Amino acid sequence: MPEIFEIEPERYELFEAPRYIFTPTRREFLATLGVGIMVVPAIAQQRRGGGGGANVPVGSRLHIATDGTVTVLSGKVEVGQGARTELAMAAAEELRLPLEQMRVILGDTDLTPNDGLTAGSGTTPRTVPSVRSAAAAAREMLLSTAAERWHADRATLRITNGRITHDGKSFGYADLASALAGVQPNTTALTKVDDWKILGTSQYRADAHAIVTGKHEYPSDIKRPGMLYGCVLRAPAYNSKLKSADLTAAQKLPGVVAVKDGDFAGCAASTSYAARKAVAAIAAEWDTKEHPSSDVLFTHLKSHAKPGRSASERGSISTGLAAAAKKHTATYQVPFIAHAPMEPRAAVAEWVDGKLTVWTGTQNPFGVRDQLMQAFHLTADKVRVIQPDSGGGFGGKHISDAALEAARLAKEAGKPVCVRWTRAEEFMWAYFRPAGLFEIEAGLDAEGRLTAWKFVNYNAGGAALETPYKVANAHHHFLGSQSPLREGSYRGIAATANNFARECFMDELASAANLDPLEFRLRNADNDRLRAVLQAAAKKFRFAERRAAKKGIGIAGGTEKGSYVAACVELDPTTGKIREFCMAFECGKILNPANLRAQVEGSIIQGLGGALTEAIEFAGGKLKNGSFARYKVPRFKDVPTLDVVLLDRPDLAPAGAGETPIIAVAPAIANAAFHAYGERRRAMPVKMGRA
Amino acid sequence: MRIDMTVNGTARQIDTEADRPLLEVLREDLGLTGTKYGCGEGQCRACTVLLDGRVVASCRTPISTAAGKKITTIEGLALNGRLHRVQQAFIAEGAMQCGYCVPGMILTATAFLEKTPHPSEAQIAEAMNGNLCRCAGYPRLIAAIHHAAKGGAHA
Repeated sequence: MPEIFEIEPERYELFEAPRYIFTPTRREFLATLGVGIMVVPAIAQQRRGGGGGANVPVGSRLHIATDGTVTVLSGKVEVGQGARTELAMAAAEELRLPLEQMRVILGDTDLTPNDGLTAGSGTTPRTVPSVRSAAAAAREMLLSTAAERWHADRATLRITNGRITHDGKSFGYADLASALAGVQPNTTALTKVDDWKILGTSQYRADAHAIVTGKHEYPSDIKRPGMLYGCVLRAPAYNSKLKSADLTAAQKLPGVVAVKDGDFAGCAASTSYAARKAVAAIAAEWDTKEHPSSDVLFTHLKSHAKPGRSASERGSISTGLAAAAKKHTATYQVPFIAHAPMEPRAAVAEWVDGKLTVWTGTQNPFGVRDQLMQAFHLTADKVRVIQPDSGGGFGGKHISDAALEAARLAKEAGKPVCVRWTRAEEFMWAYFRPAGLFEIEAGLDAEGRLTAWKFVNYNAGGAALETPYKVANAHHHFLGSQSPLREGSYRGIAATANNFARECFMDELASAANLDPLEFRLRNADNDRLRAVLQAAAKKFRFAERRAAKKGIGIAGGTEKGSYVAACVELDPTTGKIREFCMAFECGKILNPANLRAQVEGSIIQGLGGALTEAIEFAGGKLKNGSFARYKVPRFKDVPTLDVVLLDRPDLAPAGAGETPIIAVAPAIANAAFHAYGERRRAMPVKMGRA
Repeated sequence: MRIDMTVNGTARQIDTEADRPLLEVLREDLGLTGTKYGCGEGQCRACTVLLDGRVVASCRTPISTAAGKKITTIEGLALNGRLHRVQQAFIAEGAMQCGYCVPGMILTATAFLEKTPHPSEAQIAEAMNGNLCRCAGYPRLIAAIHHAAKGGAHA
């Protein structure tokens, strides 16, 4: 394997130490060292990627209550992508239970197995099979136990709605649940696709009633008895270190708890208003060092490129280029963008008898627990992290900062504390999708087939780095760099950047070869699934006909994480507005068509932001557009006519779908802009109008 | 200062700083957490409430301006346990992903449909453009508002 795959292949994960390590008290040192346990974060385990299929006994995955209620347990979390419904469907299918009878507990480090991060489109391909095989094993064991008790032939037993019946007798699952002790998951007893009754059907969120009435408690809505509200002292700029903080004035305010511990300073009070006033009263001095601006971003990324990661190479680029009838090179740029989930980071922390419980919005509850253990010098049994279904993630909620802050303030106050980041904090102090610079060179033979492909990526990440098109001589190289901003995961992260550069360049090559861009792609694609989505989108959109008739028509395709996407776009050359967006998407067997459609539509529209308007600008260590007033994300009026074609492949295992649709959005638009204006667009966001 | 106001039909008296945002009083003092913080600058409208029937961004509304007014939050929209037709429509159309924007969407749509009972899609987009959904579930949100418009009389 080339070295690129030994580093993070599917995500550009943040593996940094906790933002704060707090000063231990003598008692904590003794507690930690006394039992002889070294507190080591489980990073090796987390590095395994989106994870998801913790191989645990059935009893850790399913709980059957005495009243027959079945609960599925998973360390995955719900951030709006539909994991809760999907996992309920998976268990209900195998247990032959109505969906309404399923309960699901997600992301609770005391209750659920560690299924890793909720990331990398991992829930569908890894956690769903894990839940299904546990539920199938449970069903089989319940059937066998019932047959044994009745001395009946197992094949004559019937199982409906959570009851096993035979000859007028019946057992509920709860009557037989003790037989499940020690049972291991069983992958051979899975229900065949043709027999599915629940999986494969459209299901909406089960908790919709709580959401439309405002009763659902998001992390920022959690309230504990005696809870205070916290506010954290923030640096005036990036690259700043807290030199000193005088808390005297803040501490004199009524009901205020103020803390300084290392680089951390903050206050808690009975209202967030009072907490803000208290933080404003802290006299702080900062050491601030120079910070590069976004104007020099791409030269900075290239000049600070980190050597040491070798390229993946097959054939010979020089031979391939020498054999080419035509050669072409281009460079592309992708800026930093922000996730900006509707619910900013939030955490409520409570200490009871030395045990810390934190409710927080995170895609990484076990990772947050590990960081709390590190920061507070605690053992795993002393920390519980719970993630109530939260207000959006998009790869942005992998860090522990708000949890650490709430926990430190709660410890000082001796009361639960809630820390909710403001939108300004969310923009400035979370992290960004990495910026990237791309240099591509390729050769074509006289028939428009690739003879050589050289693709160099600075800083954007390694996912979907390799071209899915057929070429004998290829060189792919991802070089890390020194990023001026904190960067990490994002929906579709590096695949979006790599696919933008690649699919725009493929369009340039099509022009160089005097071929229609669809025809050029099909000529170079030997992957049937990629060909199928390209053809499906083009057919539905009537690509050839419309491209011949008017300007502003573009196409792009791509693949990532086992799913395939193609998009056709029509834009209005005068206004630059996207008129119509057609996408074909295939992710194997579809588990929940309604949810899949929502994910695809959401990816397209969210992707319009990165494609057309979003780019983080910074200078002097500050963001120039860190607010919704200045950072333009898609709104109702930006939504084009949408046409989504979902290709169902019952013969293929289901792949995740939350991310891949987004990777075709920007290149299809950039290619439509070329068609409209006759000028190439080689940067995201894509500029409309003639230069 | 002392503020008298009516929240979801109940008279409330609050003694607090005049410049505290209505949003924080609703959430922290009255326990009405259905109203969401999204940006604090009136740009996302997750914090939408009805003030004497008018849509306001509660994050930008000082509590002093709520004095003597009637406030409806998402918790007060259902009548006697019966969901408002806009709430029903959101459930029927599955118009939510993470759902965090939904309370603000529902209240904005409710006020809009009072004035424009039979809107076109363009009118919906225009009226709702101040409300952000970062899951970008706009097509379903539009479908839900259409559904509510067609759904008959006010609950």
